[in-house]
Amino acid sequence: MSVVARFEIRYSQFLDPRSKVVAPLPEFTRKTEDLAKLYRWMVLMRAYDAKAIALQRTGQINTFASLLGHEAINAGIASAMAKDDVFLMTYRENGVQLMRGVTLKELFLYWGGDERGSDYAGPRGDFPICITIAAHAAHAVGAAYAMKLRREPRAAVCALGDGATSKGDFYEAINAAGAWKLPVVFALTNNQWAISVPRAKQSAAQTLAQKAIAAGIECLQVDGNDVIAVRHAMDEALERARSGGGPTLIEMLTYRLSDHTTADDATRYRNPDEVAEAWKRDPIVRLRTYLLAAGAWNKAAEDALLKDCNEQVQAAAQAYLDTPPPTAKQMFDHLYAQLPAVLHKQRAAALGDD
Amino acid sequence: MAQITLVEAVNLALKREMERDPAVVVLGEDVGVDGGVFRATLGLIERFGPERVIDTPLAEALITGMAIGMAVEGLKPVAEIQFSGFGYTTIDQVVNHAGRMRHRTQGRLSCPLVLRMPCGAGIHAPEHHSESPEAMFAHVPGIRVVYPSSPRRAYGLLLAAIRDPDPVVFLEPTRLYRLFKEEVADDGEALPLDACHTAREGSDVTVAAWGAMVHESLAAADALAEQGVSAEVLDVETLKPLDLDTLLASVAKTGRCVIVTEAARTCSFASEIAAGLAEEGLLSLLAPVQRVTGYDVVVPLPRLERHYMPDKGRIVAAVKKTLAFG
Repeated sequence: MSVVARFEIRYSQFLDPRSKVVAPLPEFTRKTEDLAKLYRWMVLMRAYDAKAIALQRTGQINTFASLLGHEAINAGIASAMAKDDVFLMTYRENGVQLMRGVTLKELFLYWGGDERGSDYAGPRGDFPICITIAAHAAHAVGAAYAMKLRREPRAAVCALGDGATSKGDFYEAINAAGAWKLPVVFALTNNQWAISVPRAKQSAAQTLAQKAIAAGIECLQVDGNDVIAVRHAMDEALERARSGGGPTLIEMLTYRLSDHTTADDATRYRNPDEVAEAWKRDPIVRLRTYLLAAGAWNKAAEDALLKDCNEQVQAAAQAYLDTPPPTAKQMFDHLYAQLPAVLHKQRAAALGDD
Repeated sequence: MAQITLVEAVNLALKREMERDPAVVVLGEDVGVDGGVFRATLGLIERFGPERVIDTPLAEALITGMAIGMAVEGLKPVAEIQFSGFGYTTIDQVVNHAGRMRHRTQGRLSCPLVLRMPCGAGIHAPEHHSESPEAMFAHVPGIRVVYPSSPRRAYGLLLAAIRDPDPVVFLEPTRLYRLFKEEVADDGEALPLDACHTAREGSDVTVAAWGAMVHESLAAADALAEQGVSAEVLDVETLKPLDLDTLLASVAKTGRCVIVTEAARTCSFASEIAAGLAEEGLLSLLAPVQRVTGYDVVVPLPRLERHYMPDKGRIVAAVKKTLAFG
């Protein structure tokens, strides 16, 4: 027997959990004020997250999926994307959305059970949150195909979780993306848990990145708590996509510090020691420590930032709470471009006008 | 004007619309080089190239999901599911995404796609190749379900479906693909969606049908005419949204209604129409509404197919039952 192919999975990390630089830093890190901007976003994400959970616990929004611990992934993805790229997401990427111009109020509306929260005033072309796991991977393939057909230097970025890699939809999408060399990046958050099922039970594969090898597309694994590693991998993948080099799958390793959603109780299936250990790799602490050491951050800036973030989320939450609820008419609005005649009667009945 | 078959009419409409609108793309299994297993996409790849006539990997959920992504990004995809029996894996995408994209984003995004599915029994095909899944799709909010019955109707309705700003499931009766020819003017004129088409006027009984069953119902109407019974045949070519008003008006005239579908009986679309007539047309009815349907059995393999399919005889018998009532 002879060997017909050999593969390897690269792993990328620039800052280790103690914020020590372990690899030559990429160019974009030169301007520490840009890194500080990313830090500001990550802190805003955490403030938003805490507020959303508080609103849920007090019955003011519905079930919420926290992004606690995923701030570096969110910031790394969003900061690498261009405005006219298209983002396709699951429910743990509210941070990317914020950075792409979705407002805090829109996010609260969404989680408050109001469709108007998905009518983003900012990124008009971004897809809405996809709750059915991995179904949007196929949408990303279609969107990327359209971009390539029209010779546009744009890319689709599809965020997925570790559980999604077990689905046929995921394989169908990465396979097709590879076959057509499409401008798409699959940004895969491996947070070790798909609700109660741990990574080890999800797949016997040594890495999730390697699933891309079967599809013939580029892949790598990065430290998802290191925003520099995420951003750098996204930069390279987007450059590849825009220059005709085809798709990339980036497996970003992190840990879901929260319950799956506010409707979940992770203590039923997770060892608290494991969670405590994961907190030592907190992406926000890691970047702050680096910035402090680089002289690009200080306590006064931190205090001012926390105050500002809290004010922002407070004001947005109030704006959400002050928004009059939709009327029953909204169920029928935008169901079709024009409401078919047969539905006029049903709408009248719903409005009590019949 | 040329005499063409239904499958040629589908091909003609695709060509016409791809010529007119550069946003239209065709995708599916074997639709390119092979021209489709039924040849519905024959010659398209030569004319419009492989970027717009796309041979996809063998993955129906991907094809449908991709079409959604393309449609949201501004293309007008016409996706072919090779046989409707392979279309069940697409239902997740149709229900959860195609039918919701516009509403979910409050009109910010839309999903103008066509999902073409050859379907129905009567061509001696293998298992999974003979179902008629219109009721499953008609149950889904936010989409249209269209089921043409002749070359001329298929041409005009497919143009309308492609131009429609919302998702359309377009079911094509394989039995009629090459059963007969009709003169079809390639004039680019779309037919109206959301409407029943009066295939034959009559005064004694309304026979409502769609797809291949329109053909069978017209044959039944011929046989009934010889016996002095005047049957009106309504082609319910858009099942969703349903044009119940035309059905009610016809039944107000005839007082009797027989509904024909080759799908299994329980929760069939015939049941939906019967319920609508019961709710809104009861006082027009001189006899109970009759359903002529497939049985609640698995669509049989070719040897028993003729026992399963509603035919002229069963339709005539049902009509006579309504005439004999009271």
